[in-house]
Amino acid sequence: MRCIRYTGCMFSPENIRRDFPILSRQINGKPLVYLDNAATSQKPRIVLKAMDDFQRQHNANVHRGIYTLSEEATELYETARQKVAKFINAKTSEEIIFTRNATESINLVALTWARQNLEKGEEILTTEMEHHSNIVPWQILAKEKGLKLNFLPTIPEKGILDLSKLANLLSSKTKLVCIGHISNLLGTINPIEKIIEQAHKIGAKVLVDGCQAVPHLPVDVQKINADFYAYSGHKMLGPTGIGVLWARKDLLETIEPIIGGGDMIKSVTKQKSIWNDLPWRFEAGTPNIVGVIGLGAAIDYLNQVGMRNVWEHEKKFVEYLLPKLKAIKGIKVFGIPEVSKNRGAIFSFWLEGMHPHDLASLFDEEGLCIRAGHMCAQVMLEAYGKPAAARVSFYLYNTLEEADKFLAAIERAKKVFNL
Amino acid sequence: MSDLYREIIIDHYKKPRNFGKLKNPDFHGGEDNLVCGDRVEIFLKLNKQKKVEGVKWQGEGCALSQASASLLSEMLMGKSLAELKKTGNKHILKIVGENLNPSRQKCATLSIEALKKALS
Repeated sequence: MRCIRYTGCMFSPENIRRDFPILSRQINGKPLVYLDNAATSQKPRIVLKAMDDFQRQHNANVHRGIYTLSEEATELYETARQKVAKFINAKTSEEIIFTRNATESINLVALTWARQNLEKGEEILTTEMEHHSNIVPWQILAKEKGLKLNFLPTIPEKGILDLSKLANLLSSKTKLVCIGHISNLLGTINPIEKIIEQAHKIGAKVLVDGCQAVPHLPVDVQKINADFYAYSGHKMLGPTGIGVLWARKDLLETIEPIIGGGDMIKSVTKQKSIWNDLPWRFEAGTPNIVGVIGLGAAIDYLNQVGMRNVWEHEKKFVEYLLPKLKAIKGIKVFGIPEVSKNRGAIFSFWLEGMHPHDLASLFDEEGLCIRAGHMCAQVMLEAYGKPAAARVSFYLYNTLEEADKFLAAIERAKKVFNL
Repeated sequence: MSDLYREIIIDHYKKPRNFGKLKNPDFHGGEDNLVCGDRVEIFLKLNKQKKVEGVKWQGEGCALSQASASLLSEMLMGKSLAELKKTGNKHILKIVGENLNPSRQKCATLSIEALKKALS
C-alpha cells in the first residue's frame, strides 16, 4: 500500500496520475494522452510492485508444496481470489474461476455448461450490441450442437437494446441469454437486471459480459442475479493474461470440467479421476499466479480510490465532452444521443470526410491514443452503416484537460484535411 | 502541419487521379484490407509495344490507401510489363513516407497488392 500516493479523502486525477509511471511518458515529443481504456488500462505502481515482489520474494508453485515459499505463494494467490470475490460481492470465493481473459471466461461457459445442457433445436439469445467475444463462441457452439442463435435487436439512433422485442425472442426453447453489461462501442449501460428477470421467468440462464462495467462502477453480482459474469483483469488496472468467470456455486457444482490436468483433481487412477473442489476443478495446470496477484493489487488500488468515485469521475466526461463533441460540424457520435445516466465514458464517432485510421494517425502525432476500427463490434457498427469508427474511452486517471486536448486534436485534423 | 499527411497526400486523397474503371482491361485486380475496410482495384491497358497506355483505379478507404493508389496510378503510365512487375512497396513508400508504422504501411501499400493481383 505504500506505493499509493492517492489518499482517498478527495478524488483527484492529478494525484492518481502520479501512481501510473507510463503517464509521464512522451509520444512523438508530446505528453501521452491515453484514451483507449476500453481496450486496456494502464497499471499503477502498486500492481507492478506486487508482481515484481512476488517473483523476487515468494515465487513457488501454488497448492503443491509443504515448504514455506509454496505456502506463501498459495496464500497470496488465494487471498487475491478473495479480494476478487469481495469486489463483485460474490457469495464465496469458490465462485471465482481464473481464466486468461473475459473471452476465455465466456468460452468456458460455452464449452462446459452450455455444451453439457443445451440440446439440438434449443436457442441462445445474444444481442446485436455485443462484442465479438459474446457472439462467436455461441456461433461455434450453435454449429456444433444444432442450436439456434437469436439476436435481440437494437435501436441504433438511441443506442439502446430494443426491449419491446425481448418477449418474442424468449421462448421455452431459450436456454441461455448472453448480454453485455456496458457496450464497448457505445458506452450504453444495458438494463441487465430487467432482462435477467424476464429470462429467469422462462427458465433461461443468463451470462453477462462485464468487461466495461467492473473496472468503472460498483458491480454486485448477487444483486444483478445473473448466472455467469465474465470480465478481464487488464481493463481494471491489472495485468494482461488474467480474467475472471464468476458463476453461481450451485450451477458450478453441476458442470463437468473441460480442461483436465494437474490441480483440478483430487486423485487419479488408471480407471478414473476424482475432481477437485470448486473453484480449482476449472483451473487445470499451473495458473497465472503473477497475474492473479497483480489483479489483487489492482483491486486494492480501486478499493482505496473507491468505485463510486471512479464512476462519478467518469460521468464528468459524459457531461463535459458529449455536448461539445456532438456540436463539432461533421461529427456523428454513435449511440445514446443525449447526456444520460445510462452511459459510460466511451464515445465512438465518425468524422465525415476522414477515415478513422487517418484520424488516429493524426492524433498519434499529438501523443493521443485513440482507437480506430470496428472495436470487435461489427454487428453493431453495421447498423450505423460505417466500416469503422473512432473511439475514445476515459478512466480514473484522465482529466478534463485531456478531453480538451482531444477536442483540439479534432480541430487540427479537420484543418490538415481541409474539412 | 502533419508529418504523415503532407499536402501531396491530402491533394491526391481529395482529388484522386485516374479514378474510375477501364473497359476491357488487359490486367485487372483488387485487394481489400479487411481490418480497415480499405479497398483498391486497378485496371491496366497496354499498347502494341507492351507499355501501359491506360490506367484507372477505384476504391474506398483511408487517405493513405487512396492517395497511394492515386500516386501509383501516375507512376504506372508508360511502364513496360517488366517494369510493372518490378514495382513494389519501396516505390510507393518513398513518396508516402518510409517511417510509417506497420499497420499504416499496409494502408499505403494496398495499391501495390492490388497491382500484384492484377498482374498475376
